[in-house]
Amino acid sequence: MTELRQRVAHEPDAPPEDKESESEAKVDGETASDSESRAESAPLPVSADDTPEVLNRALSNLSSRWKNWWVRGILTLAMIAFFFIIIYLGPMVLMIIVMCVQIKCFHEIITIGYNVYHSYDLPWFRTLSWYFLLCVNYFFYGETVTDYFFTLVQREEPLRILSKYHRFISFTLYLIGFCMFVLSLVKKHYRLQFYMFGWTHVTLLIVVTQSHLVIHNLFEGMIWFIVPISCVICNDIMAYMFGFFFGRTPLIKLSPKKTWEGFIGGFFATVVFGLLLSYVMSGYRCFVCPVEYNNDTNSFTVDCEPSDLFRLQEYNIPGVIQSVTGWKTVRMYPFQIHSIALSTFASLIGPFGGFFASGFKRAFKIKDFANTIPGHGGIMDRFDCQYLMATFVNVYIASFIRGPNPSKLIQQFLTLRPDQQLHIFNTLRSHLIDKGMLTSATEDE
Amino acid sequence: MLELRYRGSCPSPGEAVSPPPREGEAAGGDHETESTSDKETDIDDRYGDLDSRTDSDIPEIPASSDRTPEILKKALSGLSSRWKNWWIRGILTLTMISSFFLIIYMGSFMLMLLVLGIQVKCFHEIITIGYRVYHSYDLPWFRTLSWYFLLCVNYFFYGETVADYFATFVQREEQLQFLIRYHRFISFALYLAGFCMFVLSLVKKHYRLQFYMFAWTHVTLLITVTQSHLVIQNLFEGMIWFLVPISSVICNDITAYLFGFFFGRTPLIKLSPKKTWEGFIGGFFSTVVFGFIAAYVLSKYQYFVCPVEYRSDVNSFVTECEPSELFELQTYSLPPFLKAVLRQETVSLYPFQIHSIALSTFASLIGPFGGFFASGFKRAFKIKDFANTIPGHGGIMDRFDCQYLMATFVHVYITSFIRGPNPSKVLQQLLVLQPEQQLNIYKTLKTHLIEKGILRPALKV
Repeated sequence: MTELRQRVAHEPDAPPEDKESESEAKVDGETASDSESRAESAPLPVSADDTPEVLNRALSNLSSRWKNWWVRGILTLAMIAFFFIIIYLGPMVLMIIVMCVQIKCFHEIITIGYNVYHSYDLPWFRTLSWYFLLCVNYFFYGETVTDYFFTLVQREEPLRILSKYHRFISFTLYLIGFCMFVLSLVKKHYRLQFYMFGWTHVTLLIVVTQSHLVIHNLFEGMIWFIVPISCVICNDIMAYMFGFFFGRTPLIKLSPKKTWEGFIGGFFATVVFGLLLSYVMSGYRCFVCPVEYNNDTNSFTVDCEPSDLFRLQEYNIPGVIQSVTGWKTVRMYPFQIHSIALSTFASLIGPFGGFFASGFKRAFKIKDFANTIPGHGGIMDRFDCQYLMATFVNVYIASFIRGPNPSKLIQQFLTLRPDQQLHIFNTLRSHLIDKGMLTSATEDE
Repeated sequence: MLELRYRGSCPSPGEAVSPPPREGEAAGGDHETESTSDKETDIDDRYGDLDSRTDSDIPEIPASSDRTPEILKKALSGLSSRWKNWWIRGILTLTMISSFFLIIYMGSFMLMLLVLGIQVKCFHEIITIGYRVYHSYDLPWFRTLSWYFLLCVNYFFYGETVADYFATFVQREEQLQFLIRYHRFISFALYLAGFCMFVLSLVKKHYRLQFYMFAWTHVTLLITVTQSHLVIQNLFEGMIWFLVPISSVICNDITAYLFGFFFGRTPLIKLSPKKTWEGFIGGFFSTVVFGFIAAYVLSKYQYFVCPVEYRSDVNSFVTECEPSELFELQTYSLPPFLKAVLRQETVSLYPFQIHSIALSTFASLIGPFGGFFASGFKRAFKIKDFANTIPGHGGIMDRFDCQYLMATFVHVYITSFIRGPNPSKVLQQLLVLQPEQQLNIYKTLKTHLIEKGILRPALKV
């Protein structure tokens, strides 16, 4: 959304910006080091117009500024509608979409690396980057699948072996990639190859771990996936609106179009939005229940008894608000309290992800990560603020909502030695008796 | 050990002399003498308009100055340059090995401190190289941020380990309980603070440089801190899981060098021209034999074999236990061809020795790739050694480059083939659950144990 603010708020700057990026691209091409790559590394035109013909014709009579506004607006609505459709389609489709977004983000960042280092023709390197992506994904998805599809995995013999030795297999695959990298080092290109190796690993660290955590959150309950993402999107849009109408004081030198008014207005608007959204969503089981894999029907089900978080409770309103609204108590879902924490993070710390991406684009003198979405840039441009949100939600859930996963614990327990199992069982038993959950009498059942 | 092979087999004073002037030159000079691959950095730096400004401010870190103690110099003053180097290296090698033995004797806690110290020094060395490559010694905040991130990641990892192994100790103290319960959240908050500081510290002319150093720091953390954490985890399994792999790598280094020195003929890889196939294969066989013998010797002592535990009553680490079956002698029937050679029907071995063959094989075949990686890294950034900490050998990273992958392999090996998850960790997680969940799990476990016959229904243990 930074590009949107930049373009519309200061239209005269737009053409010079384009010129600047084009001249950079030219200089990029001219000063390419390897004589072979001079002819071949045509700089990717980041600011080419990718708008579909339909839109172009429909908006042809408007001025350039309003045309941009409309293109962005239409694409925004298209993306939001798409989001709703895939939510309707269910968790499996959501997982696949997350995976595709992750692959596209990885592709975009790696392509930038290639452009920066003119390394498109390095031997092996494209293969190795995609191979490492595959390895890390295999490792992470293997861990998730083992947890959530436990019964399915135990049934099928090949899957059982794969899951038992999962870490070893993943490590071996990674090692093969590492050895291939070492063997592919070519005399004149050492530094470049190491840079690309480092670039690939940092990208994997950012992109793949985040998407893995997003899937984890999704399995907790679709509400843990939808509310954070919507809060970040809402914060983007609201901060832009507030900045557009009331913006005066610049926020940070890194993004000169952001303002304090937009930041604070976006914060309050997002908190309110989060409260409303969680109120609406907490009523429905399909959002609130953990996603489970049902062995009999061989599909995902979201059916359960909603936990305490999602049951209406009475809260006493503090005196201050009582006098304002005239209510003594209010009925809320406890989850709405948590949503305040999530929205606060989305508004206060989420933008730092955006600043990080802004700084990255300035550092490498690119205007957008790629040109996938007309008017908006690449997929990374849309997801830069989400970067930290997924990690935060995951850490929040693990720390405050639930403890470790019970089925995973049972699974780990079953792999222990019998004497260890007995020891743990007895400790648990004495612990439960202490807590009064068990009495010696009930042991006879 | 790479430098040892270089120097010992082919003393070339030119080689020793030429790198320092190259590193000492100003950035402009550097770029002129470098190959085409480095022109990319030139352009990058030009775009970030950095080098031309900050040249004069770079503190020169001469990587190859002679730090040999005076006493050694005097003792060896009579020998020629080649033998002097040989002797310095030899003496330092023996010193390192004996200090290793000394620390083993002093116990697991000292070993942990040693591993932590090595990790910090490796991190420092690699980060310093980054500063020199990017001439970024004067970037605002950056040194603070790098060390802060190191602290955060260490806090996260050690917090996870401490919670597992010191469970009894931790349960007692209230503040520690709080820290453990919300450990992930606290670590994440600390990391976030560092991330936000990084974003706020971005300065207009130095964006690219700052991003490079940010990425450099993270990759270094990924390499050094995770490896050292896994080394500590292996150590807690039993000191033998720490000693045998490390000794195998060291042995492979030394024997591959010796075999290469005496029989070396066919070059192994273009990246390290002094390595030979004869050294590689000879090193492989001698390391397997060495590992086999070392495993046999160490498996007898409870001190090495038992998992390290923290006893709250004694307030220290103890290694006392009933050795597991891995460390009890068993008789194996020999396959027929070995029977004919050794004229024995069976042989008494510790099962651990079979595992040590796997560990030594990894150390000899894949460990050198870690060394090649470090070689390539040094060539890429045109440095001769990582640092100058150990006279004659280079930096700590030079000594530990081959160990890089070994620790991960041992950890993965242990979790896949030797034992399952850590029982105390499972217990700790069980105790954190909601009481209803605990009750459910209790019932499930009870049925399972009765089925397996581990728990008899009539008996209340």
